[in-house]
Amino acid sequence: MKTLAVLEQRDGKLRKVSFEVVTAARRLGGPVDAVVCDTTDREGCAAALADKAKAGGYRAVVFTATATGRDLAPRVAGRLGVGVAADLTDLAADGDAIIGTRPVYAGKALQKVRVTARPAVLSLRPNIFTPDEAAAGVKPETLSVTSSGRVKVSEIKPAPAGTLDVAEAQVIISGGRGLKEPANFKVLEELAQAFGGRAAVGASRAVVDAGWRAHADQVGQTGKTVSPSLYIAVGISGAIQHLAGMRTSKVIVAINKDKDAPIFKVADYGVVGDLFEIVPKLTEEIRKLHG
Amino acid sequence: MKIAVCVKRVPDSETRVKISPDGKSLDEAGVKFVLNPYDEFAVEEALRRKEKAGSGEVAVFCLGPAAAQETIRTALAMGADRGVLLQTDKIPADPYETAKLIAAALKPDTWDLILFGRMAIDDYNHQIGSLVAQLLDLPCVTAVSHLDIQGAKGVAEREIEGGIEVLEFPLPAVVTADKGLNEPRYPALKGIMAAKKKPLEIKPVQPAAGGMEIVALAPPAERKEGKIVGEGAAAVGELVRLLREEAKVL
Repeated sequence: MKTLAVLEQRDGKLRKVSFEVVTAARRLGGPVDAVVCDTTDREGCAAALADKAKAGGYRAVVFTATATGRDLAPRVAGRLGVGVAADLTDLAADGDAIIGTRPVYAGKALQKVRVTARPAVLSLRPNIFTPDEAAAGVKPETLSVTSSGRVKVSEIKPAPAGTLDVAEAQVIISGGRGLKEPANFKVLEELAQAFGGRAAVGASRAVVDAGWRAHADQVGQTGKTVSPSLYIAVGISGAIQHLAGMRTSKVIVAINKDKDAPIFKVADYGVVGDLFEIVPKLTEEIRKLHG
Repeated sequence: MKIAVCVKRVPDSETRVKISPDGKSLDEAGVKFVLNPYDEFAVEEALRRKEKAGSGEVAVFCLGPAAAQETIRTALAMGADRGVLLQTDKIPADPYETAKLIAAALKPDTWDLILFGRMAIDDYNHQIGSLVAQLLDLPCVTAVSHLDIQGAKGVAEREIEGGIEVLEFPLPAVVTADKGLNEPRYPALKGIMAAKKKPLEIKPVQPAAGGMEIVALAPPAERKEGKIVGEGAAAVGELVRLLREEAKVL
């Protein structure tokens, strides 16, 4: 099964998700060709990718479901006359078809979908597939984009220096109503800083709807679905729609004053009590570790 | 300004998922269905654009079962002018088939703007808007959190990893709405009463099978039972030890 893996780079370097895509694509058996688009013109890039997919006779085209990949994959699929089996957390060849597993209802259920479309266009949820060593050596072909699209990127406003997107962070510290007021998120930001550039601060829907935090930080069914190595939920009761967005985190820590809060049901480790005493102490301990 | 908004009927986000005996679908008994939250932003944006232009039309399109008339009525109660239900009991497993039916329904008219929510909160497909744009050969901007339109030119912002992308595009175009685009209005009683009298056309459709088939729906793996490490700041030392030695994440 010949597969085309579509990689992503930033500042000329392949992103971690790229190695995830290569690793997952190899699971389908058969050769994997890797490509990368060196442009922000996604219409032009989609046209070039669709041409490449057709000319190369690929059985599957694999993307990552990042903000860019989620935008690009359906454009390519549309040109190829197929849909995208989106946000897969597992995939396998099944004879001539591909079986993909995808979380639906925000992770409250897993759907198995049998893809017979040719080519099969797939996108993979980031941080799920562990890149293997062989993937690290991948040398993608840079696609030449000739046609120019109607949509132009006029500017990219970078996030403030030192802030990390919750979708990319290895450690997420999320806050909810228990923080009492917006200014108190400072205690979570300090804890995030103690992790030295690996951590981001997330938020529950309640505090985003209240205008305390930006929507970009929201974790849950109407926010981002995340799978960091460590998720620390602070002052979050654990509404079902929040749990849906973070339940695939590797390790979950909950800090809450209510020992009956539903968040403790999904947490690996819980600490009951006043977050304003617990979090600063934790920050101090993490700082010691990272000296 | 002539605007189409494409919406979906979805289970409310607080729904507890129960699987049907067929092992492939949601048991809908007792489930509350709502207008997809991201589509609310699309409807609101359409209404604001029409209000700003001073004239025009907002038409709502929905593919779904007969009960989706209620979903369309919600959008009409917010202020949309008319609705079209592409009625089928079977939402296709292949998003391309859904997109084809919606594109075919939109095609006979000329729209200045076609709006979608950036994704539906049930199937997480986030692609119908892009596929419809492709089928209608229109420019497309997805997951927009800020939109500015001057004449036939649009400027949109969308969030990407590590920043915000600013895009310029010509109208007509397809735009998909993210949370943050606006604050959707609640339908007022007057709007709800008026919605009952607004035109709602029902067109039966027959989706093709396409290239995808749902073979199973199952609950996710349960997380193993966790433990309460302790109470208050005194428990932090033990928590850090467990995270280092047992969970090995520090």
